[in-house]
Amino acid sequence: MEINASKRGPRLHVKLVGELDHHSAEQTRNMLDTLLKDITVRDLTIDLSGVSFMDSAGLGVILGRYRILSMRGGHLTVTGMSGAIDKIFRMSGVYAIVDRV
Amino acid sequence: MDNWMELTFPSLSINEGFARSATAAFAALLDPTIDELSDLRTAVSEAVTNAIIHAYGNDRSAMITLRCEAEGKKLRVTVKDTGCGIADIELARRPFYTSKPELERSGMGFAVMEAFTDSLEIESAPGEGTTVIMEKELGRASGN
Ligand SMILES: Nc1ncnc2c1ncn2[C@@H]1O[C@H](COP(=O)(O)OP(=O)(O)OP(=O)(O)O)[C@@H](O)[C@H]1O
Ligand SMILES: [Mg+2]
Repeated sequence: MEINASKRGPRLHVKLVGELDHHSAEQTRNMLDTLLKDITVRDLTIDLSGVSFMDSAGLGVILGRYRILSMRGGHLTVTGMSGAIDKIFRMSGVYAIVDRV
Repeated sequence: MDNWMELTFPSLSINEGFARSATAAFAALLDPTIDELSDLRTAVSEAVTNAIIHAYGNDRSAMITLRCEAEGKKLRVTVKDTGCGIADIELARRPFYTSKPELERSGMGFAVMEAFTDSLEIESAPGEGTTVIMEKELGRASGN
């Protein structure tokens, strides 16, 4: 997984490029959590427009980061979902807790 | 049965992507739509990942078998492991149920397989491994 991050104040924008499955989940999780060690980050946007594949393992990564942010009173936004990713997010109720753009 | 293929590979996570690609390559012979191929890749990935994560513990040399069978426009995909098996299949199928919440599993794998295919069948017993059988009709949008 390739990850491109830019930060402005409390906002962190992260673009993921690659396939988000169980194989890449741990590396992706570690990279995101390294960025989230900066406790000034309150609003994380994950741009999925470069993610050509995601399954429930990827869903776990997204929801795990949501938990970290909500514990510090922050929140998570997702953007750039393909039709398949959108379908997984919808069926698992992600949009009730995570914003979409 | 018109055509079929079978692959056996060790339970390494790198084979999740391989299994998706191999299934998509076989399915492409049935003239599927892009969306159908995408659904199929997701469903196969869920089944193979489950075998890797749940069936064999930390044993990475245990084998997984992926079988694809074509019959007319219908594709049947079978993912088989010889691991620990599932004691309560009904519970395992339930959306959000996971036996490994500590690993950030969402418990949506079987629900995704069900949503992304036409039918999902699970054969499993403790100590006897698990076989997941999914069927999907392809090429619907093209009308032939
Ligand atoms: N091949 C298998 N061998 C043994 N147990 C399995 C197997 N596949 C699934 N299970 C059991 O069924 C449960 C539900 O599987 P499911 O794929 O729905 O969720 P998960 O794998 O736990 O989480 P997720 O798929 O969202 O990462 C698993 O937690 C596991 O206990
Ligand atoms: Mg699973």
